[in-house]
Amino acid sequence: MSKLYDVIIIGGGPAGLSAGLYSARARMSTLVIEKDRNGGQIVTTEEVANYPGGIPEETGPSLVARMVEQVDEFGAERIKDSVLEVDMTGDIKVVKCKNATYEAKAVIIASGASPRKIGCPGEKELTGKGVTYCATCDGAFFTDLEVFAIGGGDTAVEEAMFLTKFARKVTIVHRRDELRAAKSIQEKAFKNDKIEFIWNSEVAEIKGDGIVESIVLKNRETGEMTEHFAHEDDGTFGIFVFVGYTPQTDIFKGQVDMDRTGYIHTDELMKTSQEGIFAAGDVRVKTLRQVVTAVADGAIAAVQAEKYIEDKFEH
Amino acid sequence: MLELTKDNFQEEVLDSKGLVLVDYWSDGCEPCKALMPDVEALASEYEGKVVFGKLNTMKARRLAISQRVLGLPTIILYKDGEKVGEVTKDDANKEGIKNLIEAHI
Repeated sequence: MSKLYDVIIIGGGPAGLSAGLYSARARMSTLVIEKDRNGGQIVTTEEVANYPGGIPEETGPSLVARMVEQVDEFGAERIKDSVLEVDMTGDIKVVKCKNATYEAKAVIIASGASPRKIGCPGEKELTGKGVTYCATCDGAFFTDLEVFAIGGGDTAVEEAMFLTKFARKVTIVHRRDELRAAKSIQEKAFKNDKIEFIWNSEVAEIKGDGIVESIVLKNRETGEMTEHFAHEDDGTFGIFVFVGYTPQTDIFKGQVDMDRTGYIHTDELMKTSQEGIFAAGDVRVKTLRQVVTAVADGAIAAVQAEKYIEDKFEH
Repeated sequence: MLELTKDNFQEEVLDSKGLVLVDYWSDGCEPCKALMPDVEALASEYEGKVVFGKLNTMKARRLAISQRVLGLPTIILYKDGEKVGEVTKDDANKEGIKNLIEAHI
């Protein structure tokens, strides 16, 4: 029989690591399961300027590296595995992964969200061939080339500015007539003379033979289609997609209540609709998805999990 | 794993007989670093059957683009110097790479 943990945390981003830290510090046996890389979305961010108390020039990776250290110092176990199935209904929660099955008295879901796709023709075929969702991964390939950044939120505008380090020109394509990004970020972008804007437009199609060669934009007001081609000497350009996120909650469907788009409903104690199951971070229905709110969620979830276990199993 | 550079790529990959798998990565690519241990594990598993190499694209951007690599991580399998298959981004995981190898071994 496998070991029974007090708490299993699904996801090793800021929310999951914070939950792991608090849970292990409360001397609960704690397992953090991460399928891919520690830190989740934040590790692909070059600059973390708004995390209170962060060191100067804090990056996503440096912040996460410290969180991981803290989790380890307090004695949580961490493994790399993919969760395939969960059974959350009993008193003992079962988490079936690719390599093993784990059991716990409480589970904290911190599986986060992943970048949303545009969903237009050509996007999938040309991913990694000019279409990308990660500026820090692929920005350097577009040194002296042109780049389109799709989206108008904080991420889109910040990453567009990061990309001006490499690209000759960055065009932000946004479906509305004004940006959604924080005002301070907007001001910087409007001042950057490498950044141009195409308003009220969305991507209708991406074309290319093995590599991005053109992008077709549709004006949402006039319906007019405009095709932008790679400069002849360049042969290609980059399309960086930042059009929001999709929660990674498919495996939890039917076991905890979610909203229409798959984000998990919780109360302010991070409790889901299922007893003993908590959710923390971006995966939750909430108004602000940032590292600072993710780590707060994680802490609350861990403390509540401890309280739940005490009440349920130790009386 | 073989440390590939723009100087030895021609000899070790394009002029090489048999199967050569190249892991395209870069210093700024966290998903690449997360994937690396899996690729190393596969390198041991397929030792003697497939040559494994890794190329830091920060130092060989033109070479990477010449191989039509414009996104990381990308894993390309070469047979007798010809590209026979590749996986990139979400598909560049342990299972995806294993399937790629098994299809050509």
